[in-house]
Amino acid sequence: MKIEVLGTGCSRCKQLHENIMQAVIAADVEADVSKVEDITEIMRYGVMSTPALVIDGVVKTVGKVPSVEELKTILAKD
Amino acid sequence: MLANFAAYLVFTVLGLTKGSRLGEAANFFVYDTIKIFLLLTTIIFCVAVIRSYFPPEKTKRFLSHGKEYVGNILAALLGIVTPFCSCSAVPLFIGFVESGVPLGVTFSFLVSSPMVNEIALIMLWGLFGWKIALIYIGSGVTIAIISGIVIGKLHLERFVQDYVYTIKMGEIAATEQTFSERLKNARSYTVPLLRKIWPYVIAGVGIGAFIHGYAPEGFLVKYAGPQNPFAVPIAVLIGVPLYSNAAGVIPITQALMEKGMATGTVLAFMMAVTALSLPEAIILKNVLKLRLLLTFFGIVAVAITLTGYLFNAIL
Repeated sequence: MKIEVLGTGCSRCKQLHENIMQAVIAADVEADVSKVEDITEIMRYGVMSTPALVIDGVVKTVGKVPSVEELKTILAKD
Repeated sequence: MLANFAAYLVFTVLGLTKGSRLGEAANFFVYDTIKIFLLLTTIIFCVAVIRSYFPPEKTKRFLSHGKEYVGNILAALLGIVTPFCSCSAVPLFIGFVESGVPLGVTFSFLVSSPMVNEIALIMLWGLFGWKIALIYIGSGVTIAIISGIVIGKLHLERFVQDYVYTIKMGEIAATEQTFSERLKNARSYTVPLLRKIWPYVIAGVGIGAFIHGYAPEGFLVKYAGPQNPFAVPIAVLIGVPLYSNAAGVIPITQALMEKGMATGTVLAFMMAVTALSLPEAIILKNVLKLRLLLTFFGIVAVAITLTGYLFNAIL
């Protein structure tokens, strides 16, 4: 799956990126995780509060940093 | 009860002398710290639940039908409940402008959202009492409404960075949360927030306690009392570049007020610290050309200064 972390580079965005990396390893899924820092790209998803998490083009969370546990649950659902 | 507990801890358990400087400072510190953390935990949690009903995506839709005046009032009020973090200021601003929210209305929101927040309210309520807390909300919302109307009247749309108008925004699929999800999200919002601000609270209360115990009574009256006409603008000028959260600043200002700083001056200082900051300016520079950015800061700083004078005159 394709995972994108949307955020303009604030500390919370970095935290989300870190958490999702851990969750991906823990859940043992095949995923390509990338950061999207370009504001035009971020707005295309309709997101107004960062950080946001996008999996395969679908916005999953907005404006918060879910814990590794919560992220694992989100990954499991997909 | 809390006061008795603090006094028991400081004077009986620690054995400090009642009325001594160290004793008074320590008592003040223990009492304020416990009180603030109790308030912070409960209120941040409750506000997080309320806020989950007002995501910025919804606020935007609500305001895009807004006209001037009514829109400014709505935006300032929604600013209280919509979560705001300065790192989201750019997507938020673009989202508003793109969906047709008038520029002045957008600014009403941008002023009220960081200034009137739950942490400022808890700290004010806990340390200054509900009257000052209400005055702070009332004047914060009023400043946001008026600044937004003035910016709207100046027709500064051309000083928004050009690319903002070319961005095409997607629609996010709105997901309604269940109540238990809201509670769970509120908890995962409250815990990291407390973890982030506790050092500021401790430092703020600590400095406040030191001033409370050691600074002579009324030593600030001469410099920052109601008689000095320059105190308010100086307080605002010091407050604008300062970046701190309400949690750190308010305990210090409480001690300053006790030593003779006038109420209006204290309010103006707090508003300047929370509403405007250098990091926020740098972030907003991404969407605003310099002239609009300076106009925005200028108008808000003047409005805060006038509010300070007003309350020095009537309180």
